[in-house]
Amino acid sequence: MRFLLYTVDDPAANAPPSPELLAEMGKLVEETTRAGILLATGGLGPTSARVRSSAGKVTVTDGPFTETKELTGGFALIEVKTKDEAIEWAKRFRKIVGDGESVIQEVFGGDGRP
Amino acid sequence: MTADTHRAIDAVWRIEFPRLVAGLTRIVRDVGLAEDLAQDALVAALEQWPESGVPDKPGAWLMATAKHRAIDRLRRNERLERKHEQLGRDFELRQEMAVADLDTATDDVGDDLLRLMFISCHPALSTEARVALTLRLLGGLTTDEIARAYLVPEPTIAQRIVRAKRTLTAARVPFEVPQGAELASRLSSVLQVIYLVFNEGYSATAGDDWMRAGLCEDALRLGRILAELAPKEPEVHGLIALMEIQASRSRARVGPLGEVVLLLDQDRGQWDAVLIQRGLAALARAEALGGALGPYALQAAIAACHARARTPAETDWPRIVALYDALAQLAPSPVVELNRAVAYGMAFGPAAGLELVDALTAEPSLRTYHFLPSARGDLLAKLGRSEEARAEFERAASLTQNAREREFLLARAAACAGGA
Repeated sequence: MRFLLYTVDDPAANAPPSPELLAEMGKLVEETTRAGILLATGGLGPTSARVRSSAGKVTVTDGPFTETKELTGGFALIEVKTKDEAIEWAKRFRKIVGDGESVIQEVFGGDGRP
Repeated sequence: MTADTHRAIDAVWRIEFPRLVAGLTRIVRDVGLAEDLAQDALVAALEQWPESGVPDKPGAWLMATAKHRAIDRLRRNERLERKHEQLGRDFELRQEMAVADLDTATDDVGDDLLRLMFISCHPALSTEARVALTLRLLGGLTTDEIARAYLVPEPTIAQRIVRAKRTLTAARVPFEVPQGAELASRLSSVLQVIYLVFNEGYSATAGDDWMRAGLCEDALRLGRILAELAPKEPEVHGLIALMEIQASRSRARVGPLGEVVLLLDQDRGQWDAVLIQRGLAALARAEALGGALGPYALQAAIAACHARARTPAETDWPRIVALYDALAQLAPSPVVELNRAVAYGMAFGPAAGLELVDALTAEPSLRTYHFLPSARGDLLAKLGRSEEARAEFERAASLTQNAREREFLLARAAACAGGA
């Protein structure tokens, strides 16, 4: 099963990571790579844009969006046997990064499961 | 709350089990005993964690607990067999090692995992036993999961694993990474086991237990782990490249009714771009290590030719022919020759391809191989020789064991009869 893990936080509260945090994150990335479960990962830029469509009309709004939580920090695409395993990896991630929230969502279509 | 903890324990267990067994095997030098000790640690976790909560470093906790159990067991054995001086000395040595290891816990078990892969795929075991033991100890699958994936009763797999562990103990197989000349053949056994698991999953059809298709993911995970443990071995990267690229087509190769969709007819938009990128990167690593490509890397390079082509027309067929030439020299087989002939037909026209395929019709090992008449039928159809093509497709249909493939071939035969 494939899962997308990402963090959702108030961007204002999102301080730049310390060197210690980066080192810990590096270790976790290495651990997940060595466990053969990490398919892709990346950091996300600080600002975003939103593209909305309504009644056939598309509008574009540039961030930051301080009124709502948004996808910040980074993401990881992992392939594990159960959802609980994805949760366990997310816990290990949260222990490193401190306060905040991560979201885990299953990604369909990644595997060839009939 | 307790249900949550149990699920958390289950997840921790899946993640940590192979590392536990690997680390413990180094200490007690017996996979069977190592697995028992790991199970003891699991029982302890199930008893304690619901009350105490999951520890901060669950892997280290499990390893430390299992090592304490190891020492307890060794002490008990020593008391029972005090007269056996040899065993006593053996015990002291082991105890020293165990105590020394306690602090390092799970810090680095990479080498142990690699050793565990080598003994799980040891030539003293049958191929079936290697597969079962590897899935159990390194894939972390339960015997029930393995049994479901391989469509055999659970006790069969359980027995296979028990016997395999006994064989390893009886043969006194050392827990080490083979060196020198032995390394190549032992590594090829590991690669073969992983690829067998992959193909078992890849051949799963709609309606099968999803555990079967899950074998592809298990094989990919094992391959990725191995690539981290043995990064200097080009064929390890070759195998992982081959599997990633093949797996990228999983969705596209089955139609909405479960029917077979051939490579050139597949919707390439359905190919998994993440896996293709990973596969191409792994192939680049194999190539960067230098030297001539091995059989897995060559097959991966062929698969990569398809993966790189955005449309079938963009396929670099002459390069595929050249890669099959290299493969035929390295691992000569009539099946490789047949694939080469088909690629040759794509590169230089159906008449040229047919000439090569015809040369293979006398090959005894291909006499019942359905792909030969099927390939011949395809070339004949392209040359407008419909009646001969129809006969070949019907012959191919009578030879295949796979019901979906048979349907597909009969449909092609019918299309020829229709004057297509």
